[in-house]
Amino acid sequence: MTFIEFFGQYWPRLLSGTGITIAQFFLAAILGIAISLAMALLKLSNNRILRCSAITYIEVFRGTSLLVQLYWIFFVLPLFGITIEKFTAGYIAVGMNIGAYGAELVRGGILSVPKGQWEAALAINMSPAKRMRRIILPQALVNMLPPWGNLMIELLKGTALVSLISVTDLMFEAKQINASTFLSAQIFGTALVIYYILARFFVTPFMRWLERFMARKMGRA
Amino acid sequence: MVDWRWDFVWEILPRLLQATGNTLIAAIAGYGIALVLGLFLALGQRTPYRIVTLIIREVVEFIRSTPLILQIFFIFYVGPQFGIRLSPWMSGMIAIGLHYACYLSEVYRGGIESVPRGQWEAATALNMSTLQKYRRVIIPQAIPSALAGMGNYLVGIFKDTPMLSVIGVAELIHTANAIGSENYRFLEPYTMVGLIFLAISLPTAGLIRAFEGYVRRKLGM
Repeated sequence: MTFIEFFGQYWPRLLSGTGITIAQFFLAAILGIAISLAMALLKLSNNRILRCSAITYIEVFRGTSLLVQLYWIFFVLPLFGITIEKFTAGYIAVGMNIGAYGAELVRGGILSVPKGQWEAALAINMSPAKRMRRIILPQALVNMLPPWGNLMIELLKGTALVSLISVTDLMFEAKQINASTFLSAQIFGTALVIYYILARFFVTPFMRWLERFMARKMGRA
Repeated sequence: MVDWRWDFVWEILPRLLQATGNTLIAAIAGYGIALVLGLFLALGQRTPYRIVTLIIREVVEFIRSTPLILQIFFIFYVGPQFGIRLSPWMSGMIAIGLHYACYLSEVYRGGIESVPRGQWEAATALNMSTLQKYRRVIIPQAIPSALAGMGNYLVGIFKDTPMLSVIGVAELIHTANAIGSENYRFLEPYTMVGLIFLAISLPTAGLIRAFEGYVRRKLGM
């Protein structure tokens, strides 16, 4: 079987797998960004209990493997009466994992905003929430975007693990096709190239564009 | 509600600890491969031949932006197609070593580039050979700025070893899966695996930070 024939036969499955991978990516990214922001703010709060709970969350999710977290959420949580469907369990695990790494980036970004900005916002009588939203976070965002680009690539790679709880993403389809055809080089090679294209021609350029866009908005370009 | 059984924990603990040994061996062996291979990838980018640099950069970029789990499958299944039979351990070590070599090559590159130009010029002025320049002047100064990244990837590689379970390496998650399906109990094995990961990665991260500080002080930075 030539590669063209092979691809002609299996492209619909690869395409649907890629669709699921992209869906997992977006859902996990939204969840991850929300968690990052929440955990970073909690870790910076003055309340000890809030701060400690954020630290615990971050250390637990950064200290264990994504795969362990995924299995725990999918196989162990049902024993506590929380049964999550596999598709949902997949992006929740990936999103919660990325959220812990993102929280440190957000915290670093917020702390990198010069002290004068905080004082100036206080001087013009802004409430803490307004100061965070209007003054601190926009500047923090510009500072932390470059590492977020890397994190988004890690997120895309992380979604491949959801195949292990039978979410029919690209990785899962590749494994299935391999099991029925034994054309390992073709199928795994194609899957690798698809992941590469997603990362190199979609995720990275978008993050670069976002960096430039935000820098221009802040008048730093 | 959940019934956590301590007697079951004690029963499975020896098997889990043995698997912890395998996980550590996999992590350390993979890291060793990555450290050496990464250095070649980093130095390979510093030859006068632009084409070599471009090729290495593209390969590094490719490996860094595709999922490790897919690379593990690729190496494990593609070998036999061409008559090369690799054991799960062997292919796992190659995959994880190669993957992290790419990350480490970027760390080394950053470290080498952080050495001021004047140091290169001074070494040239002293009539040092290229080897001497690297060994006596550049690398000692590149190490402190590379140490943080190197330490992070040691912990990173440790947390990525569970992916080796997919090709049958008897590390922690593989053993937990086996225990779980033999006894129809997943709560204790997966939770214990999570705790073992935390118990190893948190102190390691702390030790690495302490070591980094020690090296910086030693080098008078």
